[in-house]
This record gives sequence, C-alpha cells and structure tokens, in this order.
Amino acid sequence: MSTLPLTERLEGHRRVRDWLGDRILLLLTFGASAAAVAVMVAIVYKLVDASHLAISKFGISFLWGTVWDANPAKNVFGAGTLIYGTVVTSLIALVVAVPLAIAIALFLSELAPRGVRGIVGSLVETLAAVPSVVLGLWGILVMGPFVADHLEPWLHRWFGFIPIFSGSPSSSGVLVAGLVLAIMVVPIVASICRELFVSVPDELEEGALALGATRWEMVRGVILHSSRPGIAAAVILGLGRAIGEAIAVTQVIGAATDIHVSLFAPGDTLASRIAGQYQGAVSNVQISALFYLGLILLVIGLLTNLLAQVIVRRFDVQRAGAR
Amino acid sequence: MAAAERALTLRGNARVRRRRIVNRLVEGVATIAALAAVAMLGLVVWSIAKRGAGDLSWGFLTKSLPLFGEPGGGIAPLIVGSAILVGIATAIALPVGVCIAVFLQEFASPRVRAPIQLVIDLMNGLPSIVIGIFVFGLLVYGHPQNGLAGAYGLAIVMLPLITRATQEVLRLVPSAQREGALALGASRWRTVVGIILPSALGGILTGTVLAVARAAGETAPLLFATSIYATTVQWDPRHALPNIPTQIFIWSESPDPADHKRAWASALVLMLFVLVTSLVARAAFVRSRRKLSR
Repeated sequence: MSTLPLTERLEGHRRVRDWLGDRILLLLTFGASAAAVAVMVAIVYKLVDASHLAISKFGISFLWGTVWDANPAKNVFGAGTLIYGTVVTSLIALVVAVPLAIAIALFLSELAPRGVRGIVGSLVETLAAVPSVVLGLWGILVMGPFVADHLEPWLHRWFGFIPIFSGSPSSSGVLVAGLVLAIMVVPIVASICRELFVSVPDELEEGALALGATRWEMVRGVILHSSRPGIAAAVILGLGRAIGEAIAVTQVIGAATDIHVSLFAPGDTLASRIAGQYQGAVSNVQISALFYLGLILLVIGLLTNLLAQVIVRRFDVQRAGAR
Repeated sequence: MAAAERALTLRGNARVRRRRIVNRLVEGVATIAALAAVAMLGLVVWSIAKRGAGDLSWGFLTKSLPLFGEPGGGIAPLIVGSAILVGIATAIALPVGVCIAVFLQEFASPRVRAPIQLVIDLMNGLPSIVIGIFVFGLLVYGHPQNGLAGAYGLAIVMLPLITRATQEVLRLVPSAQREGALALGASRWRTVVGIILPSALGGILTGTVLAVARAAGETAPLLFATSIYATTVQWDPRHALPNIPTQIFIWSESPDPADHKRAWASALVLMLFVLVTSLVARAAFVRSRRKLSR
C-alpha cells in the first residue's frame, strides 16, 4: 500500500477510532449484563435483608405457623395456611391443565392441518397474553358464579363423600382459583410441549408407523416416551407460574385466614397474601413478614426454574447424542 | 384379490378394531382440547367485550376518575399514567436488553455467557409479585409511593423478554454478513452497529412490542409502588401515577356494581391494546423472520 503520510495518518486515526469504538461497545454491553446480574443479586439481598425482622422473630417455624394476626397486641404471623393454599391451588391447576396442554400440543404438532396449526397455535399463545388482572376479573364475575351454580353442586352431588368436595358452593374459593390458574398454565405447557413434539426425529415417528402402529400408539411409544424429561420441565415451569401468580388469585380466592378442607371454601396463597395486603400492612413486623413470604416465593421461583433448566440441558444432550 | 381378503380379515380382527377405535378416540380428545383452549380465549374476550362495550364512550376515555361513590367518571388518568409507566420502563429495558443480547451473542465467551444467560432466564421466571415487593422495599418503603418505582418494576419484567427476543434474531443474522463485514476490515463495533443491529431491527422491535403488551397488563409490580393516587391526570412520575391494571384490580375487589362496570370497560380497553399489539407484533415477527432466514 501507499506510504503517503496523509493516508497513514488517516489509517492511524481509524485504528484509534476502531479501538476506542470496540472498547466502548464492549464496556457498554458488558456493563448492561453486569447490571442485570446486579439487579438479581439486589433482589435476593433486599428480600433477605427486609425479612430479617420476621426471620429472627418467627424463625423457620414461620413455614408451618398457621396464625396470621396483625392485631398489635398479638402480631403473630405464619405462612402455614398460605403454603397449604399455594400447594392446593397449584395442584388443581396442574391436574386440569397438564393433560389438556399435552393434548393441545399433540393436536398442534401431529393432527392439525397446516393452515389450522398456525391459527390455533397463535390463539393458544394469545391466551397467555391476557393480563392476569383481566383474567381475575373474569374469574370473579363470570367463572366464579358459573362454578358455584353448576360445577360445584355437580361435584358435591357425585363426589360429596370425599371431604374436599363437601361444603356449600361459593363463587370465590380455592377451586375457582385453581381453575383460573389452569387457564394461565395451559398455554405455557402447551407451547413448550408442542416444540418438544415437533423436534422428535421424523425417522423415529415414521419407523413406528411403518411397523404398523396406529397414530396414538406412535404418539405414546415414540413422542411422549422420548419427550418425558422435556414434558417434566414444562410442567415445572407451569408450576412455577401457578405458584407465583398473585393478582388473579387474590381476586378469586376469597382471602381466608384459616385452612378449610373443602375446595369450595376460600383460602389464600403466598403470592395472593402479599398482593392482598398492599394497603393493609401496619406494623414493621407485618411488613417484614410480607417480605418473608416474598423470600419464600423467590426461593421457590429460583428452584423451579433451575430444576427445569437442568432437566432441559440434560435432555438436550441426550437427544443430541441419540442423533 | 388376495389383498382384498387380507383387508377383510384385518377388519374382522377385534384387536385391530380396538386399536383403531382407541386411536380415533385419542385424536378426538386432542382436537377437542385444542378447541376448548380456543373457546376459552373466545369466551374471555367475548364476555369482556359484551360487558365492557356498553360503558365505553368518549367521555369514559377522557374524563377523570370518579370520586368515591360518585357515578360516572372516566379513565383518562389511568391511560396517561399507564403510558408514562410503560414508556419509562421501555426506555430503560430496551437499550439495556439489547446491550445484554449483543454481549451474549457477539462478545461473551461460553464461560462468561453461561452465568449471565442463567440470570436472564431466572429473571424471566421471577414471580411478578416478588419484583413488586422488591421495588417496594428498595424504593418505596419509607418514601411516598412514586411512579418511577413502578416503572423500574415493569422494566425488570420487560428486560429478559427483550433480551431473549433480541438474542433470537441475532442468532438468525447470517454469519456470512458478520464474517463479510469483518473480512472487509470493519471493526467489531462497526459490524455490530452498522450491519448486525440494522438487520435485526425488525425482530428487536417485535420483541419490544410484545414486552410492552406484557408490561401494560402487569399489576403486581405496581401494586406496592403506585396504587394510591389522585383522581386527576398526573404527569409527574415522581408521584404515584394512576394506571389501568391497578385500578381494574381495585374496582374488581369493590362491592359496588358500578365499579364492576368500570372495571369491565377498562378491561376492554386494556385487552384491545394487548391483543392488537401482540397480534400485530407476531404477524410482523413471522414476516421479518422469513425475510432473515431467506
């Protein structure tokens, strides 16, 4: 190349600018990433720090204490009722949503004609876009009364001998909350499962069909069988969503302070108790107890997500190895 | 002839018939399940439209909130407040999210990428009420409620969504473009700013719009930060800002049927916004993806 001083100077100029630009961009993008990590650390730190008062006062027995009394004379708080409510509502949601979601995913990946596939698929995903406060509003004013008038009397009539279906129907309670959660969980599990099912190698599916299996036998033996870990991860992610949902549950669950055996009765969950007390917390201990609840939710949220990640990662390796 | 006979014997075989019936049954169940999900969406949208449309009027969109127990009123303060909150959240989450995605896809070595990716994924799975109470503890407790705190909460909700969407399109940018630019002697930052980001722009915008639609409906991060507010339009995010999701929540908890009607009409406004934006974004995404992968 030429050795003219001018171009050399320009060349040097450019080199400095490029060097600087590269550094700045790297710094900027790394800084943003570090900030995200810092926010995550801050969340953990803040929740631990702010729940310190409640932790030192109630200790680990907070987890099974069933009294929640904000009366200044007592000021005793426990999450037992709420953990029970969280477990029961999430179980109802999963029992209803998982089979439904897997069936939807099978329809979308195996049965539906191409045109229908896209439309139904995006409609199912749109269901996930409905804001939870809107779903809760619908739950308390439309679904609740329907459940109280039709579903609960029916359950009571045929299964009333089981304690969980005893008691009188009500339009807000644990069952309604579980069903609303199910509506939120279905699109999550369905869209993950659909991707899993689509990614099953065609040779395996065709092999099963060529051996004379019916479509269902192929689905059961090949698709469901080889996707089991992935389905488990999807269910765990759905569970995480159900456990963490606050707003819609607060609207429909009826905020009870004690445990009822009947699913028709009101209850409360960890998340909905926090949301329900947004204006009501008076003492420092009570606020700290709310942070304690938040900390429990955070730990559950992190654990469910990590578990799902681990499963997916091992599963990906497995599938890559199988190819 | 022989084939026909075999087909006949096949049909006569009870086991085969049972297998076929079971197959039909399962196919039917799967189809019904998919239809049920679609019907559920239809039911929700329809009942909101039916109950909300009657009270939706120009006055409802432009008037101040009703004072306690008074009839009438509108949701102008809620619309303005929600727009400000989501606007601030987007202004924070969009640049940060894109930067993180660029770092992860273009710069980070696998060993650095893994933990940051994990943090983004965990952030995505955080219950939004946890974000709400975190923001409350950090920025609101001991201070008056303020819109900025709510906006930060929404930004935490949006950040992983935008990062993931951007990562996905960055992965789709053909490596030939990247290598071509570098081979011509362009520096890394010129390649990123001049070549990669422009061709990923469509996907980034789509991801942002989807995140906006999600944030517009989030209540939990706002509940502790900006839920006690004036009934008139507020512009200053240093004070509590009225917003649509929180007000729907408050109205839905009220025993007053008039509040329920307002909640339905507000829910219709929110749903229209969310559905239209996410459908448009999805359609645009499919198009831009097709263009990129061509």
